[in-house]
Amino acid sequence: MARIENAKSVNEWLDQRIGLNTLKKVMQTEYWIPKNINFLWAMGMVLAATFGLLTISGIFLLMYYQPHVDHAFDSVNYLIMTEVGYGWLWRHIHGIGASLVFLIIYIHMFVGIYYGSYKKGRELIWISGMLLFVLFSAEAFSGYMLPWGQMSYWAGMVITNLFAGGSLEAVGLVEWIRGDYVPAQAFLTRFFMLHVFLLPLVIIGAIVFHFGTLRIPHVNNQDGEDFDYEEHAELYKAGKVKESKVIPFSPVFLSKDVFVMGVYFILFFYLVFYHFNFAMDPVNFDPANGLNTPAHIYPEWYFLWSYEILRPFPTDPGLVAFAIAQVIFFMLPFLDRSPNVAPANRRGLFHIWFWVMLVDLLVLTVMGKLPPEGIWNVIGFWAAIVFFALWIALPFITKAEKKL
Amino acid sequence: MNKELKIFGVVAFFTLLLYWGVEPFAHGQMHKHVDFNNFVYDGKADIAAAPADKKEAKETFWKEVGEISKLKGDPVAGEATYAMCTGCHMEGAPNMGGVIPPVLDNAGAIYDKNYLIALIKDPAMASNVDHKYADTMTHPMGSIKSMVSQPQDIANVVAYLKEKKAGAVTPKQAYEQACGRCHANRYVNWTQLGTVPKTEKNLATGIDVDALKFKQAVAEEQALVADYMGKLPPDLSIIIRARSHHFLETIVENPQSQLAGTAMPRVGLNEQGFEKVMEYLEVSGDPSKVARDALGPWVIGFFVLFTILAYLWKSSLWRDLH
Ligand code: HEC
Ligand code: HEC
Ligand code: HEM
Repeated sequence: MARIENAKSVNEWLDQRIGLNTLKKVMQTEYWIPKNINFLWAMGMVLAATFGLLTISGIFLLMYYQPHVDHAFDSVNYLIMTEVGYGWLWRHIHGIGASLVFLIIYIHMFVGIYYGSYKKGRELIWISGMLLFVLFSAEAFSGYMLPWGQMSYWAGMVITNLFAGGSLEAVGLVEWIRGDYVPAQAFLTRFFMLHVFLLPLVIIGAIVFHFGTLRIPHVNNQDGEDFDYEEHAELYKAGKVKESKVIPFSPVFLSKDVFVMGVYFILFFYLVFYHFNFAMDPVNFDPANGLNTPAHIYPEWYFLWSYEILRPFPTDPGLVAFAIAQVIFFMLPFLDRSPNVAPANRRGLFHIWFWVMLVDLLVLTVMGKLPPEGIWNVIGFWAAIVFFALWIALPFITKAEKKL
Repeated sequence: MNKELKIFGVVAFFTLLLYWGVEPFAHGQMHKHVDFNNFVYDGKADIAAAPADKKEAKETFWKEVGEISKLKGDPVAGEATYAMCTGCHMEGAPNMGGVIPPVLDNAGAIYDKNYLIALIKDPAMASNVDHKYADTMTHPMGSIKSMVSQPQDIANVVAYLKEKKAGAVTPKQAYEQACGRCHANRYVNWTQLGTVPKTEKNLATGIDVDALKFKQAVAEEQALVADYMGKLPPDLSIIIRARSHHFLETIVENPQSQLAGTAMPRVGLNEQGFEKVMEYLEVSGDPSKVARDALGPWVIGFFVLFTILAYLWKSSLWRDLH
């Protein structure tokens, strides 16, 4: 039993009961971060902040949204946008947030790839990160169903159809997922449940897990340098901050995070007020209509690259390629055979691999949106081939990499 | 610092490239290219798209329209002819061959002069739906062809409309007269029968009989419109978010250009008429614009300040670290 005495301040009162001072030390003032990092290391906190914005705006939307096939569309487009005070603001924040969270996730991932932050003890950071990526994808997809517009309906149709597994013709599975033969009330209600309850809950758990995995290996730094954290923490505490290679998370690292978040929020709210159409597809402002297939069905931009890996192939190989593309990034720490933790520009062939991969994903993304015709189809096909060629080549080029 | 800016440049470059690829570029490739004729109604597009056996008839038609347009119309004489229009076009008119003829109170303000001439000469030809009729006389307004057939009479009526029916027009009027007979707009309570009336429910039964009656009447009217058009024209409540400005101006100018073979007739609006209709579509489909413009600068200003303060805080903490 702890010693409970008359506390002279709230701080002390809390300290006696939950060890506040120890908590502060462990989580903030003595949580050591390397000094040699750039603004890209703020992306994680930017993601956390965006998730916060999504949650808050989502709660406000949830107070008025009606998960019924006859009312969903108007509850979003009329009730929330017109009748509810600042409803439009919450909706725009939610829409822009959903789009930008993926932009930042991709930046965050590619930062990890560039600096080799997924190796030598950091494998679980990477895997928990990928878990978050998959969960966010499911969250975004389920959310996209809710306005029950044309794109909700038809994207829901196309994506759930994938579970038929091509020639396997697992129609029963598709119907089980939908709760009906086609997307209808049962489908909307279950995606509503997933979107507002189960997935956010799991995401919060996964974020905690992701943060937990960071603790022991510490975050990487611009040179991939490995040093003795204890020793440098002592230097810092002794006031030799110039010699020390670490800084405390709070307030020193946090101050930079907050600055980067500020810049990000300027962009974010510029988009919320003046440039939101890209995040809310026009096609989804036509109400869902099962009898009228839209001329172009495409997913939101962040799914386009994997959609394009599905599309240029015949059904069965396409599905296999798609399934592999969904999970292959999980394998990165094990397919990279090099012992070097260093920025890509010092890693020879891997440097080329990195940029080709980045550009290839970009090409796939753009092709995924264009109609699959003529030259676009050819480019998409070859970009998909390059994607797999890169993954096959990875173990070989990294194995051959010289130890730094 | 320098290095961070360089990295930021790389991130910004790829982000913008991505944006350009999936937005302006992809949308530019996806939508078919449709020329906009600046609300000039000269029949060029109609003639170009007409099948060989119809080309000549269309050429002659639009040439004659051009000639009538050069005549000087007499609005006083036109008033007498206009009486023929109000036989059909009046407040509370019944459905005629599929739709309720719109009131013409603002026709001179919202419709183009050449289009009005063409419309009186041959409504089906003017609105580019003649392919639906073996004899364009059977168009719901087709009989006007025989009622007002002299070029000078046509010029007179149009001069009358352009002089007496061209006063100030509100966005609501423009929408109701130009689109409202076919397209409901539920976000502003508009139906093909007009605005939904205020009714009260019976306190004992909790049922609003008058509202139910109105609903039934609307359903019956919609059935007639759907029968005439082959399908129920879509509700336009939020069309302004669903279609681009370019799509809307071209579908008004010539529906066939966007939806080949569609039953929607051309609505020969002039620029003012179109702008007014758009304003109304904004009222129903994007009413938060004013609030956005008012609040935006404050929120962004707040974050600029926030960022400056954060930068000063960061600088003070990092100054002695290196
Ligand atoms: C026999 C009844 C009848 C007469 C007479 C008649 N109209 Fe019409 N008019 C209609 C109907 C019905 C429509 C709607 C047609 C449609 O939507 O397809 C219409 C539509 C119109 C429109 C809208 C066209 C558009 O493209 O949106 C205008 C303008 C118009 N009439 C002007 C006139 C004028 C001017 C006259 C007199 C010279 C006239 N009408 C005489 C029945 C009539
Ligand atoms: C005489 C009836 C009629 C009038 C008047 C009319 N429309 Fe239409 N409109 C239709 C019909 C029918 C369709 C469905 C066309 C189709 O799907 O082929 C349609 C479709 C549309 C569409 C949707 C096209 C799409 O992509 O599916 C728009 C937008 C539209 N109309 C705008 C207008 C505007 C704006 C006006 C007034 C300036 C107007 N319409 C007046 C009958 C009408
Ligand atoms: C979507 C929610 C996510 C949140 C909230 C989040 C949060 C964070 C935070 C706060 C950090 C520490 C600061 C930093 O290095 O940026 C971090 C590091 C890291 N994250 Fe994430 N992350 C998310 C998703 C991902 C994803 C999708 C991946 C990749 C698959 C990933 C991989 C990593 C890696 C490898 C690190 C270590 C970086 C290093 O050591 O330098 N994270 N994350």
